[in-house]
Amino acid sequence: MSQARLAPGVVPGRLDPHELAANFVDVAPPLDDHEARVAADRCYFCHDAPCVTACPTSIDIPLFIRQIATGTPDAAAMTIFHANIFGGMCARVCPTETLCEGACVRMEAEGDPVEIGALQRYASDGLMAQPGHPFRRAEPTGKRVAVVGAGPAGLSCAHRLAAKGHDVVVYESRPKPGGLNEYGIASYKAVDGFAQAEVDWLLAIGGIALRHDQRLGRDITLDALRAEYDAVFLAMGLGGVNALRAEGEERGNVLDAVSFIRDLRQASDLTALPVGRDVVVIGGGMTAVDAAVQARLLGAENVAIVYRRDRSQMGASRHEQDHASRSGVRIICNAAPVKVHGNGSVVEVEFAYTAVDPDGGLRLTGDRFRLKADQVFRAIGQRLDGAPDALALDGGKIGVAGPGRTSIPGVWAGGDCAAGGDDLTVTAVAQGRDAAEDIDAHLTGRPVEIPG
Amino acid sequence: MADLRSNFIGITSPNPFWLASAPPTDKEYNVRRAFQAGWGGVVWKTLGSEGPPVVNVNGPRYGVIHGPDRRVLGINNIELITDRPLEVNLREIKSVKRDYPDRALVISLMVPCDEDSWRDILARIEDTGADGVELNFGCPHGMSERGMGSAVGQVPEYIEMVTRWVKQYSRMPCIVKLTPNITDVRKPAEAAMRGGADAVSLINTINSITSVDLDLFAPQPTIDGKGAHGGYCGPAVKPIALNMVAEIARNPATRGLPISGIGGVTTWRDAAEFMALGAGNVQVCTAAMTYGFKVVQEMITGLRDYLDSHDMDMSDLIGRAVPNVTDWNQLNLNYVTKARIDQDLCIKCGRCYAACEDTSHQAIALKPGRVFEVIEEECVACNLCLDVCPVENCIDMRELAVGEMDLRTGIRRGGYANWTTHPNNPMAVKAAE
Repeated sequence: MSQARLAPGVVPGRLDPHELAANFVDVAPPLDDHEARVAADRCYFCHDAPCVTACPTSIDIPLFIRQIATGTPDAAAMTIFHANIFGGMCARVCPTETLCEGACVRMEAEGDPVEIGALQRYASDGLMAQPGHPFRRAEPTGKRVAVVGAGPAGLSCAHRLAAKGHDVVVYESRPKPGGLNEYGIASYKAVDGFAQAEVDWLLAIGGIALRHDQRLGRDITLDALRAEYDAVFLAMGLGGVNALRAEGEERGNVLDAVSFIRDLRQASDLTALPVGRDVVVIGGGMTAVDAAVQARLLGAENVAIVYRRDRSQMGASRHEQDHASRSGVRIICNAAPVKVHGNGSVVEVEFAYTAVDPDGGLRLTGDRFRLKADQVFRAIGQRLDGAPDALALDGGKIGVAGPGRTSIPGVWAGGDCAAGGDDLTVTAVAQGRDAAEDIDAHLTGRPVEIPG
Repeated sequence: MADLRSNFIGITSPNPFWLASAPPTDKEYNVRRAFQAGWGGVVWKTLGSEGPPVVNVNGPRYGVIHGPDRRVLGINNIELITDRPLEVNLREIKSVKRDYPDRALVISLMVPCDEDSWRDILARIEDTGADGVELNFGCPHGMSERGMGSAVGQVPEYIEMVTRWVKQYSRMPCIVKLTPNITDVRKPAEAAMRGGADAVSLINTINSITSVDLDLFAPQPTIDGKGAHGGYCGPAVKPIALNMVAEIARNPATRGLPISGIGGVTTWRDAAEFMALGAGNVQVCTAAMTYGFKVVQEMITGLRDYLDSHDMDMSDLIGRAVPNVTDWNQLNLNYVTKARIDQDLCIKCGRCYAACEDTSHQAIALKPGRVFEVIEEECVACNLCLDVCPVENCIDMRELAVGEMDLRTGIRRGGYANWTTHPNNPMAVKAAE
């Protein structure tokens, strides 16, 4: 046993390299050929299938599953990619239990859906492992489009625009493309550098230039982009993190969950990554679960998620909550932080239980408790930072109408930075795709192809 | 507890489950294992004439049709009759029968279509202690090209002739095994009866090509780039076999001719169905080749439970469904049903809707919330919706009472009337007044 396992404070190397390697393996190993055939056979090929309706990218799921069942997984992959070029990542990170699999009629029949996510991964991985890129670009249109942000929304948009013959330049503020696929998703959901491999594969269509370390408002401006390009698509995500608004949150080791997840994803040596012995995560979404579970996997002894409302209102799905519980994370609901105690660094967090007023508002009760904590992660949502002043906002995000049209002609937006999404990769992909179709129609007068 | 002891044309066995003449019964080792597992009898793999044995291919002998999860639905084979010396087979048959006197042991035979050949082989098997012979007039591949097997079974005159020889030169009960590769199975059965056969067994395998290798462009199983048709058997052929058994069972010319039912018997239920259509016992091969000899234990307990739960003896079961097998023109055209969907069981997959809307009578409505409802004004009661529904008992066919209005035709349901008296039938006979 590692000597550091029970060390107080935020220290690296609580677990030895073997334990860490075992903890961070693929959370859902891929299906082999036979498993895929067996899983595919369970699909009923429903009429107007509820799973398709439930998919934000409207992948023709019964069709691709039938293509797997009949021994043509590459055709299945093309069915997926026509609708969703990030089919590989979505197969890994989609909350399928609330989307396609939650809608599967097998749930009604026996409470056990067709393994749509695993089948999607089987087909998409198989095609992506082959050399080359399966899409060809249309004849050049001579049009140029700027995309801000190389996350799922931006690259989905860029790929479709490139496929339609436009030239695309993607501006990305970080050193690597991929957005939250690269920086914001738990390691065990996308192992072996999948996010970068997927981006490389996607860019192989050609016609997409990537410019790194280009932040809107710092290195580039919307006005300049509008002047240089025929259209602009904004997909820079949410750069800011909401504050706890609890006394003492400036104390040491009170951190953003997204930063922790990012550092973990980018770490080349997990034994060098520090983690607390007693970790408290505040929030109730997928980011909270990803941070809490990974803190456990790094060797934290006690990890608690504290959420201010009740369990049914958590952003994390029941499946994610159960995953956290199975990983040894304690989930405490109906409690909000009021004070971070400590001397320099955090030592304890004080919470008040909450109650719901008749008007639906949340209020703190006098019932309080403290949790021991040497590390605290904020996971209470992110906000848009640095949006150009000229853009009309809606609820703190860029306001859009229809397929991502902003208040400024020639400027579209999608993904987390745009209003109306649900902070899911798959939704961002759909918005990028649909904006690309709209941009194409706008630039060329061609009809829109939705979906796929 | 129901008594499963069987007496089929004087051949007794502790149960009606025999292994058919096929690879599983080719030698002593296998047959002893079969008897140890509980099989009531075996028909030993077909013996040929004395002399150099036949040879088999040295590549694959089987082609298979798979269902979900590689479940074997049908097997096609190109194996010939036994390729072991006659003396070895005879010695082994004698040895096994001596140790298992209570089990049925029948010898399958196939020799050239001349009187001397049949007289000779019958003399050779005389002292084996075997209980009977089965004449293999069914094998559709290899041997048929040499004027044997189904080449005989496709000519009723030859069947009658050879059967006569066998009854003339042997004291043993004689079962004639029929080929399904023929247009009217009643004709060879009648011929066997005329020749003096004690029983017929059917079906032998069906001419088939199971699949084509789409890289080699050759049928499977493929032997050095070529394939020949084989004989198809297993669960996939059961419906064909059931019909042929029933045709013989209800044919006035062959009524009462004992039948050994063969063709895709995989479970006790399959066996019970063959018996209900007139088979006195059943023979099994593919199920044993797929799962091993132990499957017979499920067949034994299953048939026993079924008979007990219905308070029937095996003799009550045999032939019980035969009177209900009739011709289409005897079906009651005034029998009216309507599909009915149980909304509590419905999982809203919509397969009934797709099937009815695209390929049938547009008699299912898709209502908001994916509620599927039968439109009785359109429903012809084809029952395709029930057939494609993945949920058992979710859709059933409600029978209209006599006098109840059929909303599709606007006619109240009448009493029994069939096509022979229907006004649309130009050949209609006047109904009895």
